[in-house]
Amino acid sequence: MELIWQGVLEALRLILSGDPGVLRITWLSIQISGVATLLSLVAGIPAGVGLALARFPGRGLLVALVNTGMGLPPVVVGLFVSIFLWRSGPLGTLELLYTPAAIVIAQFVIAAPIVTGLTIAAMQQLNPKLRLQFMGLGASRGQVLWLLMREARLPLLAAVMAGFGGVISEVGASMMVGGNLLGQTRVLTTATVLETGKGNFDIAIALSVILLALVFGVTYLLTWIQQRGRTS
Amino acid sequence: MTIPILEGRDLRVTYGDATALVVPSVEVADKEVLALIGPNGAGKSTLLRVLGLLERPASGTVRFRGAPVPWGGRETLTIRRRFACVFQEPLLCDGSVETNVALGLRLHHRSSGETATQVRVWLERLGITHLASRRARTLSGGEAQRTSLARAFALRPDVLLLDEPFAALDPPTRAELLGQLQDLLRHEACTTVFVTHDREEAMRLGDRVAVLVDGRVRQVGTPAEVFGRPVSEDVARFVGMETILPGRVLASQDGLLTVDVEGTPITALGKAGVDEPVFVGLRPEDVTLRPRDGRAVSDSARNRLEGCVAAAVRLEAQYRVEISCGPRLVALVTKQSFEELDLVPGRQVLATFKASAVHLIRR
Repeated sequence: MELIWQGVLEALRLILSGDPGVLRITWLSIQISGVATLLSLVAGIPAGVGLALARFPGRGLLVALVNTGMGLPPVVVGLFVSIFLWRSGPLGTLELLYTPAAIVIAQFVIAAPIVTGLTIAAMQQLNPKLRLQFMGLGASRGQVLWLLMREARLPLLAAVMAGFGGVISEVGASMMVGGNLLGQTRVLTTATVLETGKGNFDIAIALSVILLALVFGVTYLLTWIQQRGRTS
Repeated sequence: MTIPILEGRDLRVTYGDATALVVPSVEVADKEVLALIGPNGAGKSTLLRVLGLLERPASGTVRFRGAPVPWGGRETLTIRRRFACVFQEPLLCDGSVETNVALGLRLHHRSSGETATQVRVWLERLGITHLASRRARTLSGGEAQRTSLARAFALRPDVLLLDEPFAALDPPTRAELLGQLQDLLRHEACTTVFVTHDREEAMRLGDRVAVLVDGRVRQVGTPAEVFGRPVSEDVARFVGMETILPGRVLASQDGLLTVDVEGTPITALGKAGVDEPVFVGLRPEDVTLRPRDGRAVSDSARNRLEGCVAAAVRLEAQYRVEISCGPRLVALVTKQSFEELDLVPGRQVLATFKASAVHLIRR
């Protein structure tokens, strides 16, 4: 217990004193996971809307693949992204391995199926006749899509939360494709693993507290927006 | 001849291998209310969606003011914006009643001034001004459907398309809203296609009625024509002729026909050749029941059949009684008559009906 208590105290000191190393790691985590989540929304929401509303051969298979992708183990993603970005790999010439961009790519691969899958579910829980009703009031195709997404905004926000929560907290892929290089690719999760391995529990606890606070802060903000929409 | 505002030509809708709708021709005249009636699954709503440019038929053309409507693209949207639809479910958006009534106007990019005016007018005309700021999801079924109607009327459409708008409402709300819609349609003189499976709604609202059965239009005419003179067995059955019996004309004299129905001669008014196979149709309200052992009562009914009660079912305010008298007849009697005559199964009765009440349908 003493170890934990000391760790918490040291964590508070590091956070409150604005330790530059901790701040740099935190800021990098926010940037990487933020960009990865944003990209997964840009790709996942249109893909999810399309898969939910369109009817075409092979759609069922695609939905099943997306749903499988929602449970992709980060280490498997890390492995395949590493292979692709490896010097002799298909994208080796880009020289992205062990850069923040590599972590963004890996986190995007993890988050995109989550966002897509939850978008499909969000759109499919709408009354299917709603689309016909909007068309029957003179909505263009774009207006129909916008209105449907507006009606599904509460579950869509849940998709954003799940996507961000999934990538900010994963460690395997970031470690494998980022290399945990100090000042370059060291993020909150990889730093926590490293410090725990070295027995620096105080720093590890400080990083964990920041990670938890970050996840809680973002989720709380999105939940607030979501619930305000529900009750206003 | 005036050009119909909306027409369907050679329409065919298929789902996989199944043909859901085959309509060689359907026309909606300017300012008329065309009621599409028929049993569940008859294709009424499908026809409405096709005419409303919401569903593309496998083949055929929809014409608006005489010109064929192309499918897809800006031109279809422009024409679709001359229409407004109301469905069985109110299908309101998350938001206030006011926002919902304004939705169509906003989609049409109408000015905020016009939108505010139309919303105010139609909230008032549907009697929902007091609900303007209420959240749509908290409305009762009747209030929600009023909102949906206000949303459609606010667009001042050239054609209003209503798909069973009262089917999910309780009877008092339905009766109230039906009366209100009747007044609105009369006042606005708005061309309307109204889908219903309720005969009373079709009779009250429709200037003309089209009966659909199994994806085909079986009869089109005024309510009096369709309900009074159905042209086929399935139309007759749908418009409320519960007794439909196959027979053959035995004799024809002075406009009176004698038809043999399962060995029982029935007198009918009409024209048909001797030996011609026909259906004899009877509305249950046209059949009168008397006690068989009572005093002989003379009346003008040409048909007097002796039989016994086979079954009796209580309806809302009446009893539906099946009489076995050779052929099987259905009669409607009041609760008082049912009790006075003690119409339990097996009771001997005399069923009478006029020759003019018999409706002959060619087989």
